[in-house]
Amino acid sequence: MLELIIQNAINALQWGSFYALIALGYTLVYGVLTLINFAHGDVFMVGAYIAFFVATFFLVSLGVPGWVVLALCVPLTMILTSLVGVTLERIAYRPLRNKGAHRLYVVITALMCGLILQHANLAIFGASRKAFPPLIQEHVYNVGGVSFTNLKVAVIVTAFLVFLILHWIVTRTRVGMAMRAISYDKFAVPLMGIPLDQIIVITFVLGSGFAGLAGLLFAMSYPVLEPYMGALIGWKAFIAAVVGGIGDIRGAFLGGFLLGAIEILVVAFFPSTLRDLIAFTVLLVILTFKPTGFFGVAKTTKI
Amino acid sequence: MLRRYSVHLILATLGGLVVYLAYNEYLGLYYLSVLMFMGVNIILSSSLNLVNGYMGEFSCGHAGFMCVGAYVASVLGVWLFARDRVFGAPVLDPEYALYAFPVIILAGGIAAALAGLLVAFPSYKTRGDYLAIITIAANYIIISAIENMSAIGGSRGFMGMKGVINAMEDTIYLPWMPIWVFIFTIFSVWVIRRYVSSTFGKGVNAISQDEVAAEIMSVNTNKIKTITFMLSSGLAGIGGGLFAYILGYVNPGSFNILKSTEIMVMVYLGGMGSLSGSILAAILFTILLELLRPLQIIKWIVIPLVLIILMQFRPEGIMGNRELGQTFPRLKKFYRFK
Repeated sequence: MLELIIQNAINALQWGSFYALIALGYTLVYGVLTLINFAHGDVFMVGAYIAFFVATFFLVSLGVPGWVVLALCVPLTMILTSLVGVTLERIAYRPLRNKGAHRLYVVITALMCGLILQHANLAIFGASRKAFPPLIQEHVYNVGGVSFTNLKVAVIVTAFLVFLILHWIVTRTRVGMAMRAISYDKFAVPLMGIPLDQIIVITFVLGSGFAGLAGLLFAMSYPVLEPYMGALIGWKAFIAAVVGGIGDIRGAFLGGFLLGAIEILVVAFFPSTLRDLIAFTVLLVILTFKPTGFFGVAKTTKI
Repeated sequence: MLRRYSVHLILATLGGLVVYLAYNEYLGLYYLSVLMFMGVNIILSSSLNLVNGYMGEFSCGHAGFMCVGAYVASVLGVWLFARDRVFGAPVLDPEYALYAFPVIILAGGIAAALAGLLVAFPSYKTRGDYLAIITIAANYIIISAIENMSAIGGSRGFMGMKGVINAMEDTIYLPWMPIWVFIFTIFSVWVIRRYVSSTFGKGVNAISQDEVAAEIMSVNTNKIKTITFMLSSGLAGIGGGLFAYILGYVNPGSFNILKSTEIMVMVYLGGMGSLSGSILAAILFTILLELLRPLQIIKWIVIPLVLIILMQFRPEGIMGNRELGQTFPRLKKFYRFK
C-alpha cells in the first residue's frame, strides 16, 4: 500500500512538473502585463520541436555522443525558444500595447498567434509524428517496490530548480523588483526610470525559455511530437496557474503539481477516459469557492 | 408604412427565394449547405456577442453549449422518429416528425441553457480572466462527459439524423432544413434584439460598464447574469442542434476549443456589442472559410493572420459597438427593426 502511494506520488510529481513549468510562464507574463498569453502552450510545442531538430542535428549529422548533445540541447533550446517568445511580443503584443488597446484585444491576438504557430508547424513539417531520439540511457531504479527512472528524477529536480531560480529572480534581484513594480502600477513605473519594454522582454525570455526547457524534458520523457501537443497541455497549465492564483509564482507551482496529482490519482482509480472530466470538475469547484485561486489576492473594486 | 414592414419584406423575399431555389434544385447541395452554415454561424456569433459584447464578460467555451444542444436534439430526434441501431424502431409515428422538429431543436436549446448554469453560478463571484477559465473548463467538462457516454457513441460520434429529415420530407416534400435554419436564425436574432433593448436588458449593458455601480443602482446583477448566460447558451444549443441535423453526424471532437475560437473570431470581427456586426461577420467569415478551403491547412494560418491585422488597425471590429442604423443614419428612414 505504501509503495503504491509513493509510486503514485512520484508519477504525480513528474507529470505535475510539466504543468508547473508551463504555468510559471503564464503566471510571469500575467503578473507583469495582466495579459493571458494564450500562445504559451504553443511556444512549449515549438520548444519541443526545436529540441528535436537540435538533437537530431547533433546526434545524426555530427555523431556527437548523447550526453554532450543533451548538454548542448538545454541552452540552445532555451535560447531559441525564448527568441520565439520575444518575437511574438515584438511583432504582435507590443504595437497593441503602445496603442493602448483594450486588454482583451491583446488576448485575442495571443490566441491567434497560438493558432498560427500550430498550423504553420503542421503546414511546414506535415502531420506525421516525430520520434525524439533517446539522448541518455534510461535507468530504472527499484527501491523497495517503488520504481523510477533517472529521467523522472531529473524532471522533478529541474522543476524545483526552476522554481527556486525564478523565485529568487522575482524576490531578490533588481529585475524582479522592477517586474513587481510594473504589476503594481504600470503608469508610474516608467516615470521612476525603469525601462518598461526591457523588463517585459526579460519576462518573455524567462517564460518562453522555461517553456522550451519543459518542451525538451517532455520530448525526452514521451518521445512523440505532434503539432497539437501544446494546445491541451497549455490550456491545462493555464488552468493550473489560475487555480494557484495567477500572477504568483508559488501559486503556479502549486497549481501545476495539484493538477498533476489529480490526473494521476484519477487514472490510478478510475478509467483513464474520465481523467479530463474529473480534473476539470475539481478545478471548477475550487474556482467556484475560491475565485482568486490559492495565492491570488482579491482586488477591491472602486467606482 | 414601408419603413415599418421593409425588414419583414426583405426577410420574406430572401427566405422565399432560398426555399424556391432549393425546392427546384437550382442551388447545388454545396451552396445550400454553405447558406445553412451561414445561418448557424449567425446564431452562434450573435449569441456569444450577448455575453462577450453586451455583458462584457469573456466567455471562450461557447462550443461546449453548442455540443449539448447538438447531442440532445439529435438523440431525441433519432429516438423518436428514426430507425437506429442503438434505439431500434421509432417511438412515434414518423409523420409527426415535421411538427415535432422545432420542439426537438428547442429542447436541445433548453438543455444547453441548463448547461449554461455551469458557468452562470461561478460568475456571481468571479469576473474577467477567472471567468474565462471557468468557461474553458466547462467546455472541456461537457466534451469529456459526452465522450464517456458510450451509449450514444462516445468519442466515435452519433449519427442517424438523416432519417429524421427524410421522415419530414416524406410527409410533405419541401427543403425542410433550409426553412428551419432560416426561421431559427431570425428567431434568435429577434430574441437577442428584444432582450438587449428591453428595460430589463439594459442591465446587461450596465454590468458591462460597471458592475459595482450597476448593483448600487439596484440592478439585480446575479439574476441578469444567470438569465443572460442561460439565454446565450440556450441559443448556442439551438445553433448546435441545427448544425447536427445539417451535417447528419456529430462527434464531441468537433466542439472543442478550436470551434469556440472560431465563434469568438466572428464576434470580434464584427465588433463587440453590435448585433448587425455579428451577423455581417458570420456571413463574411463563412464565405471566407469556404473560399479558403482549397488552401487546406494554410487556411488556419491566413484566418488568424487576418484577425491579428484587424486587431492592429481596427481593434473594435467591423461595426465597432454600433448598429447598422447608427453607422448609416440615413438607412433609418427605410427600416425599423426592434
